[in-house]
Amino acid sequence: MLPANMPLSDDGAALRLKDDDDVAVALRPLAPGDTVRFAGGAPAVSLASKIPTGHKFATRPIAAGALIRKYGQVIGRASAPIAAGEHVHVHNVEGTRGRGDLEEAVR
Amino acid sequence: MSAASAAKTFMGYRRANGTVGIRNHVLVLPSVMCSNHVVELIGRKVPDVVTVQHPTGCSQVGADFEQTKRTMAGFAANPNVAAVLVVGLGCETNESKALAEEIAARGQRVEVIGIQESGGTTETIARGVAIARQLLQEAARHERTECPVSALIVGTECGGSDGFSGITANPALGCASDRVVAEGGTVILAEVPELVGAEHLLAARASEPVAAKLYELIERVEARARAMHVDMRGGNPTQGNIAGGLTTIEEKSLGAAYKGGSTELREVVEYAERPSESGLVVMDTPGQDIEQLTGMIAGGAQVVVFTTGRGTPTGSPIAPVIKVATNTAMFERMRENMDVNAGAIVDGTRTLEEVGEEIFGWIVDAANGREPAAEELGFRDFAINRIGPSF
Repeated sequence: MLPANMPLSDDGAALRLKDDDDVAVALRPLAPGDTVRFAGGAPAVSLASKIPTGHKFATRPIAAGALIRKYGQVIGRASAPIAAGEHVHVHNVEGTRGRGDLEEAVR
Repeated sequence: MSAASAAKTFMGYRRANGTVGIRNHVLVLPSVMCSNHVVELIGRKVPDVVTVQHPTGCSQVGADFEQTKRTMAGFAANPNVAAVLVVGLGCETNESKALAEEIAARGQRVEVIGIQESGGTTETIARGVAIARQLLQEAARHERTECPVSALIVGTECGGSDGFSGITANPALGCASDRVVAEGGTVILAEVPELVGAEHLLAARASEPVAAKLYELIERVEARARAMHVDMRGGNPTQGNIAGGLTTIEEKSLGAAYKGGSTELREVVEYAERPSESGLVVMDTPGQDIEQLTGMIAGGAQVVVFTTGRGTPTGSPIAPVIKVATNTAMFERMRENMDVNAGAIVDGTRTLEEVGEEIFGWIVDAANGREPAAEELGFRDFAINRIGPSF
């Protein structure tokens, strides 16, 4: 049983680690068209693609270049615009740390 | 919940130097890779000893050589080891007699033999077998007595992480870490590349000098990535981490840092350096599982708790390694390699605190002699982290 301050979606299919996070984690395989709703009145999210267990999807639209938060902390930056319900992973997120490929590590 | 989970003491081996072991091994250690074969053959003839093999000990200089020697000496002097036989060749950089002196200076019972001065392979094996049998007889005289949990140094590690590591197994291990610290024990959080992006959370729980040392270690990692002009994501998170849902090093680190629990960060130590403080300590190790494991045990950890999402079987020849699965599917698929299922937390059948208490109970049980899966299966993983080239 997860701590009460980690909100599960209404049907228990997904977990958002902090209320303000941009992403939620699928607790079981989710399919395109599945709807995920969290308590608190935010609009339900309709999934755009398959989300494997343990993977993330956007709970709201994220602009290209915006920082992305999970656990209430920055986990990276959107490398492309991300719609609500879209799979959030290496294809649309880049790290901001350990980036020796850039001129200077971006903080 | 086992009765031991409420215990604040365990039955351990009090060593002459004041440390406390939870195993009573005799270790046969090559000072150089040229002695690996002889060590292996001694181990075959005297199966009650533990042996390790490694590709180090010669043509090494400076800080790299010092780290290799410190790791061997610390590993050999781990209180889980009752006595050590060092087997050298005779011409190596890591002179076997100097290594043995270093081990003895840490208060450990040690003997040393050399292949060149013994006159070759066969005679060295014969001498080694005789000494190993003698050391086993001596070790058998040590008995377990009641010892406080505060004598434990618990290593923490995650390997083959996935999207559940930071939700289930690592926070549950964090609960157990807090319990160990509350008892006056020591917990090592390591794998510094996997703290990149989470260091500010640890620094906020540290004194200014400790926080400064932590930031210095993090900067060393990012400086290496800059020097190589690479994105860390090329190798960390690994392909398996990415398949498991982890996207960036920051995300992996934020989940990994939970292993250390919530107490003050008391000290930052070098690879294979023994902590001088109790409580939560960060050790500078790479994320590579076996090098990290070896470094923490060389730093005095008698027991390690290892969380895994993808399923990592790793174990040490001298310290029990307790495996905690992040998800039920892997726990069931790799049942023989796992000890605790933290997947129950997302399944809704157990709370984080209950799994944390089970892990703490396992730590105490392992200290009392219970063998986790990796120990029962006979793993002997050992690798020393190199920080310079061979010459």
